[in-house]
Amino acid sequence: MKQAGTPIPLVAVALALPVWAAAQSTGYVAPRTPDGQPDLQGYWSNATYTPLERPEGVTAEFYSEEELIQRLAQAAAREAAQTEPGTIPDVHYDFTQFALDRSQATVPTNPRTSIIVDPPDGRIPPMTEEGLELASRRRDEAARLGGRWDSAESNQLDDRCIIMRGAGPPMMDAGYNSNYQIVQAPGYVMILVEMIHDVRMIPLDGRDAPHANVRQWMGAPRGRWEGDTLVVETTNFNGKNPFNGSSENMRVTERFTRTGEDTILYRFTIDDPSVWTRPWTGELPMERTIGPIFEHACHEGNYGLMNTLVGARLQERLAAEQGEQDSN
Amino acid sequence: MLRGDAPIGFRTAKRAVLAMAAALGLAAALPPAAGQSPDYRAPRTADGNPDLNGVWQALNTAHWNVEPHAAGPSVVRELGALGAVPPGLGVVEGGEIPYTPEARATRDENRANRLERDPAIKCYLPGVPRAVYMPFPFQIVQSRDHIMMVHGFAGAVRTVYMTNQTPAPAPTWMGWSNGRWDGETLIVDTTGFNGQTWFDRAGNFHSDALHVVERFTPRSEDTLIYEVTIEDPNVFTRPWTMSMPLYRRVEPDAEILEFRCVEFVEDLIYGHLRRQPDP
Repeated sequence: MKQAGTPIPLVAVALALPVWAAAQSTGYVAPRTPDGQPDLQGYWSNATYTPLERPEGVTAEFYSEEELIQRLAQAAAREAAQTEPGTIPDVHYDFTQFALDRSQATVPTNPRTSIIVDPPDGRIPPMTEEGLELASRRRDEAARLGGRWDSAESNQLDDRCIIMRGAGPPMMDAGYNSNYQIVQAPGYVMILVEMIHDVRMIPLDGRDAPHANVRQWMGAPRGRWEGDTLVVETTNFNGKNPFNGSSENMRVTERFTRTGEDTILYRFTIDDPSVWTRPWTGELPMERTIGPIFEHACHEGNYGLMNTLVGARLQERLAAEQGEQDSN
Repeated sequence: MLRGDAPIGFRTAKRAVLAMAAALGLAAALPPAAGQSPDYRAPRTADGNPDLNGVWQALNTAHWNVEPHAAGPSVVRELGALGAVPPGLGVVEGGEIPYTPEARATRDENRANRLERDPAIKCYLPGVPRAVYMPFPFQIVQSRDHIMMVHGFAGAVRTVYMTNQTPAPAPTWMGWSNGRWDGETLIVDTTGFNGQTWFDRAGNFHSDALHVVERFTPRSEDTLIYEVTIEDPNVFTRPWTMSMPLYRRVEPDAEILEFRCVEFVEDLIYGHLRRQPDP
């Protein structure tokens, strides 16, 4: 087992940089599938250390190579700290096992200081009045459900094994196992998300979005090719898995562009006029990783949720018994 | 996807006939294939294999009970006629599953306690072959290296490896599938099961030694013959086979919609652990 705080060799970080350089080169032409589509197939990772919003005090759009190496080394040290014996993170999982920590995963190199590229300040634009009211209603609703350990429903969606951040859209770093498999057939692009085996089935035949009554956690995606770029527009969200406060009216436009043998540039625009004063756009690279993708049967093995609820009820019972004894 | 140029009227009539056939239980009486569709040659994909792409669905009562069965009452009183078991001629060749005597007793016990024991009630991944004939559509996405089977129920998904095949790396709910083409037929060999799934709602079950061999053979533009051979020496005295047609969902807008059932079963699974209001 790796010792706590073992530094990740800087050389390993530095070796990753050329991949980013390759990703930026223009003029790459994607290979074709047998039926002539640009070929996005394979196993991909979008794991990242890049924050969605530009950190306070940072104004540059990109880190210098030196800064980037330093940041990656710091991030790797934080991962290693999670394995410090006797700490809660260490008991939760051994992060050095099963590639749970990102220092063992394929992490595409991204010199950007934020995933958001527009607005130019790298921050989510201000919310509308309606957006603020929606956020307030959601807080009230969450409060009505009670404390985190009061019921399954009052837990977070990922702890409940309902949906995780990798599925999106937009598809974000899932925390761990940020892995995807893309398979293409005539008329369809299928993206298998490792976490909770979510599948995005994207039809390319120009069909309309479903009736507005058809609402889904991942929305309803509709795709098309613009040159070598796969453009996917998704609507019909159910609003129960908000992306930084989005509503069911969100429209996500994603662009997948092969920029090299081992890279896809992923760009997304969030358009939800009821929540934000303007659309906003983010960008993060996907890098080819090793397969296969294994079955992530999250709900079936959700002992964590069961055991914490059992523990919470036990604590209450013991506290009540103690109270009775004290009053006797 | 709606294929060909047949007028809608014909399509509608054809669908009506299929629906009627299913209602009468005739679908299960279609001849089992066992290489019996020699005349039909499926369209090819660009890489030259039979094209199985599309949204497919079974139209029978196998999800209730793969064996021949009479109609029966609902196990949930409140569901009345809607929860009652529709009759079916069965999809098991020879009628009955060749259980060992001990396993048959377990099956009967499963059936008597199906409301508590059926893993699909809890929104667990349904396993193979159950996923194929549940009353939900599934979509085949076929590339040269991988054939994906994407199911509506519980977001179940299977990768069929056509290249880079390996033995099953670990036990799972949906198993580990390797495939190959045999003329018109896609043959899928699946092992690596965890033994926690069932075949239907009637308690028919297997162990983690389950070995499933499926044959998907195009029968016409809009139908496949699905044959599946089940082997599990812990539970059965010999291998046995099921067969049924699968129908293309020919609606032009057919798609797999989310049936993310976890949220529908949380109260069932965790409800007894809900914090009670302070007295």
